[in-house]
Amino acid sequence: MSETPDVVLCPGGPMLLRGDHLVADDQGVEHRTTRPISAVCRCGKSATKPWCDGTHKVIPEKLRP
Amino acid sequence: MATLPKPRGPLSEVLLSALVSGRTDVAYPDQGSAEDGALSLWILYELSYRGYHEVDDRLEFDPELVRLRRRLEDDLEQRLRQRWPGRPAYEAEQGFAAAFFAMIEADDGPSLARFVQRDATHDQVVELLQHRSLYHLKESDPVALTLPRLAAAPRAALAELQYDEYGGGRPERLHAHLFAEGMAAMGLDATEGGYVDEAPLEVLEQNNAMSLFGLNRRLRGASVGHLAAFEATSSLPCRKMAQGLERLGLPAEIRAYYEEHVEADAVHEQLAVRLICEPLIAAEPDTEDDVWLGAWSCLDLEARIAHRLLEQWGAA
Ligand code: FES
Ligand SMILES: [Fe+2]
Ligand SMILES: [Fe+2]
Repeated sequence: MSETPDVVLCPGGPMLLRGDHLVADDQGVEHRTTRPISAVCRCGKSATKPWCDGTHKVIPEKLRP
Repeated sequence: MATLPKPRGPLSEVLLSALVSGRTDVAYPDQGSAEDGALSLWILYELSYRGYHEVDDRLEFDPELVRLRRRLEDDLEQRLRQRWPGRPAYEAEQGFAAAFFAMIEADDGPSLARFVQRDATHDQVVELLQHRSLYHLKESDPVALTLPRLAAAPRAALAELQYDEYGGGRPERLHAHLFAEGMAAMGLDATEGGYVDEAPLEVLEQNNAMSLFGLNRRLRGASVGHLAAFEATSSLPCRKMAQGLERLGLPAEIRAYYEEHVEADAVHEQLAVRLICEPLIAAEPDTEDDVWLGAWSCLDLEARIAHRLLEQWGAA
């Protein structure tokens, strides 16, 4: 079996991040992951940045990552 | 442990006395109504979760009761399959995940979360929480039964998802526990199954469908399909729920349950669709139909509850 990636880019949605990490948001503020696997917002529209909150699903398709 | 519910017809009446007396070798009558049948199946399924004070745990696999369970669950499965319009056609290059999210996006069922966000009264929210408690107090338990029945890749990913549902090693973060704390803060009964007597047919059926999929290995596709649709219709509605609870000035503990799910389920939906369902279908292509069946049933069963409640509240 091939090795499992630590980062998975979801088309149109977030980046899945496996494991414990410190993530700096676009203001430079650091956030520690709290789950075995986290979803980092890539659309820029989440209300809980740097984490995805599902907002990417309600923005026009061409604005999705 | 739960207390036994009140009977709702001839079948649940006979079943309840069989459970309490331990004499199960009796004639089980036809269900008096759909509710009588759904409640009977629910009572039997609970033997596989927490059991009842008044009932011998060994009855979980009592042959007479297993026979009755089969009769009722065959009935439920047939009904779910009849309602299902069949798996959507999609191009191979579009891929399963995109087709799955497209189905979710196309779902235009009524939304209880939107109603709670803007219009629901305190009493309506209390009623909704009571109905939701049937599942949320055993959140993730039905699909946990599917875990050992999956191929390696989907099994590892489901374990990862469940680790989060079960609090990541911290019982105080367990999702079912967060909901119980919310119920308690509202002054509601946080006992598992505590509000089963109030549950309408649609709520019992939604609960039973998850157990049907989880307890039967052959339905593992439906179980993870249901999970994926559940997770994929959770983040945004949970935000609306949290806003509605705040509008009504309800306790922080119950809001916390919904706030946790905004973020958690934004992860879980991706995991469930891309790292559980898709690899399961790759490993066992025969499960794909059932993945779609489970997903569609999830949306449909929720829509039935929403219709029922919104109509009852004069908000349909
Ligand atoms: S990627 Fe999901 S909210 Fe931005
Ligand atoms: Fe959860
Ligand atoms: Fe979840």
